[in-house]
Amino acid sequence: MNVFILMLLGIVGFALAGLAVFGWALKSGQFEDPKGAAARILDESDRPR
Amino acid sequence: MTAVVSACPSGLSAPSTPTPAQDPSAFVVQKDGVKSLDLIVKGPSCGGCLSKIESNVGKLAGVRIARLNLSTGRLRVEWSGQLKPRTIVEMVASLGYGVTAFDPGKADIESARAERRLITALTFAGVGTAAVMFMSEPLWFGSDLTADIRNTLRWISAAVALPVVIVSGQPFFSSALASIRARHLNMDVPISLAVILALALSLYETVVGGQHAFFDASVMLLFFLLIGRVLDARLRRRAYAAANELASFQTATATRLTSGGRAEAVRVVDIRPGDVLLVAAGERLAVNAEIVSGKSEADLRLVTGEVLPVATTAGQTLHAGAVNLSAPIQVRALSAANDSLMADIARLLEAGEQKKSAYRRLADKAAELYIPQVHATAALGFVAWLMFGATAAQAAYVAVTVLIITCPCALALAAPLVQVVAASRLFREGIYLSSGDALERLAAIDHVVLDKTGTLTLGDPVLGAISEEARTARNQAAMLARASHHPFSRALVKAVGAGPIAQNIREIPGQGVVGTINGRHAKFGSASFLGATASGGSELWFAFEGDTPVAFHFDDAIRPDAAKTVIELSAMGIEVELLSGDGEERVARAAKAAGVRKWRALASPQSKAAHVKALETSGQKVLMVGDGLNDAGALASAHASIAPGGAVDVSRLASDCVFSGDSLRAIAQIITTARAARARMRENFAFAALYNIVVIPVALAGWVTPLIAAIAMSASSAVVTLNALRIAAPSRSRWAGLP
Repeated sequence: MNVFILMLLGIVGFALAGLAVFGWALKSGQFEDPKGAAARILDESDRPR
Repeated sequence: MTAVVSACPSGLSAPSTPTPAQDPSAFVVQKDGVKSLDLIVKGPSCGGCLSKIESNVGKLAGVRIARLNLSTGRLRVEWSGQLKPRTIVEMVASLGYGVTAFDPGKADIESARAERRLITALTFAGVGTAAVMFMSEPLWFGSDLTADIRNTLRWISAAVALPVVIVSGQPFFSSALASIRARHLNMDVPISLAVILALALSLYETVVGGQHAFFDASVMLLFFLLIGRVLDARLRRRAYAAANELASFQTATATRLTSGGRAEAVRVVDIRPGDVLLVAAGERLAVNAEIVSGKSEADLRLVTGEVLPVATTAGQTLHAGAVNLSAPIQVRALSAANDSLMADIARLLEAGEQKKSAYRRLADKAAELYIPQVHATAALGFVAWLMFGATAAQAAYVAVTVLIITCPCALALAAPLVQVVAASRLFREGIYLSSGDALERLAAIDHVVLDKTGTLTLGDPVLGAISEEARTARNQAAMLARASHHPFSRALVKAVGAGPIAQNIREIPGQGVVGTINGRHAKFGSASFLGATASGGSELWFAFEGDTPVAFHFDDAIRPDAAKTVIELSAMGIEVELLSGDGEERVARAAKAAGVRKWRALASPQSKAAHVKALETSGQKVLMVGDGLNDAGALASAHASIAPGGAVDVSRLASDCVFSGDSLRAIAQIITTARAARARMRENFAFAALYNIVVIPVALAGWVTPLIAAIAMSASSAVVTLNALRIAAPSRSRWAGLP
């Protein structure tokens, strides 16, 4: 029974972690310019700022 | 010897009289010593463009950040120091891209924020649904679960579902509350009710250790509905932005003269009544204004629909949208840009109000049918079970399951999903819808009224056929025409192509151009200017001093597939009519070329609107297509309306739909898609009704379990979604059999 509760809490924990990562990605503007991101990956001079 | 007027080396584009209107300095935002500017860049499509633009702009002195968003075509530049904003614009233009300053208006920022809120709500609902589903599966199928485990699963589900519903349900709850306050029920009322009741019932069952809990149903309902909402919001924002960009390539700034006589660039929205503005040749007027000084000609095509330019003198009033042609003039603004626009729009909305309130959307009709019937059934079920000896809790359970399983989901998705799919299909073709219910109105159209100038025609005149002998004269006339802004001159130059320019050129407003070619004095202009007899009016004359003048005729070029479109519309059972403010002869010629049998010339803006209203009163559903200020009233009074991308602001805003590109075929395409969309919507509503007829008895009998609810809800949503997606598939071409 204890193991069972631990597992469920784990599931919920993972879900929350995923949610947090998505929220961070959204907030840091990673969905603002998908086309540009695809093009920049091939541009050597484009360094992360 | 040099020409008085400078021209671009090819002579193809209009002479480059300095147009300070392109100065973007009015759009610069300054903050903590850092200046920033947002530009729309037309044309970049790949990584090469991106790095070319960013590195070249980045090299300019003082630039800190130059970042191009390839998805939206917006370039943000931040710099400090003395760099002139104009240098940035010139740099981008010299790389071969169209560029214009842009003002991210309040509405834009607001809609981006609303979309972000919806995405957050969707994310919560998605993760919540996944988590609750994990725990629901053993509850659905695990008949051998111990009571302990079952209760644990329920409590954890409750802990997940409760915050998710509170966060993700917000858009629905607030909309439902607003609609109740306005005493007009919309679809969000039953949705909110179903979600809240499902959650409350489940909590109660969990506390008392009862049979069934519907946590999964409540979060899944929100998840499905939010997908539809997010798609809808995103598409509407993109369409709005795209239509706005078409406009921002028109007048963006104006030149104001300060009291000291200095010229400064100001944003159009900053113009105040009484400001004195300098209007260069070729510049479009942004506000209603009175001419202070300067003799010139004005192109009023967008204001009255008339092709021939009119002479202007001091004291005359010009309406916003007029283009100044031959010489720079000074004008005094009579109104602020927003005031005149707002006033125009307010007047239009008043005119169109009856139309808007008389129209009831399909979804509203469905909600009005659905809400009382389903809620009455649920109440009846509650009473009936009590009468047959059930406990209050049992009776309430039955009533709530009726509300959950009749699933406003399929009904609520039925119309919006179809609209999203249809609008995104049109979006790909360069057609931007202003609202979802425009599709329903466009589908009902049986009569199309076309404006001529700028709608049926491209708005730019072209040189008519000329005789063999006139060819030399034409080439010589082009040497004079290359230095003029007059639309007929531009048309002549377009026909001849690049070439040399005459010397000692002088433009005489309202008359023509004079200059010297090979040492001989030459004139190019109106009939009276050259002493010839006018015939019709849409012609210019050319002669060397002492010679007989040669005439050049100009036509307003019809859009390339206008005739095909008229045939196609007739085949769809739609009557086509031409209504123009231009002269009789030109309208007749255009009507004949496009194959339109019914036409009327010299129509005033009032008579245009009155004509459309009369057609509406006689029971016809009129689609107005127009671009000018003179069409705005008719656009607002019509059942539905479309404007080409080059239309004036008022007309664009009064229209349901804006199309870019030269092809008139967009009209047929819009109506075809709208009709397909209406058919899909009706099918979806019919399906949702059928579904409810089947599930209500099941719920009333008390047989609904969480498993049945989950399957029924997702299956019905899937059916309406798939049906909506049928619009996205390209239809068979109607063009195959046409000449």
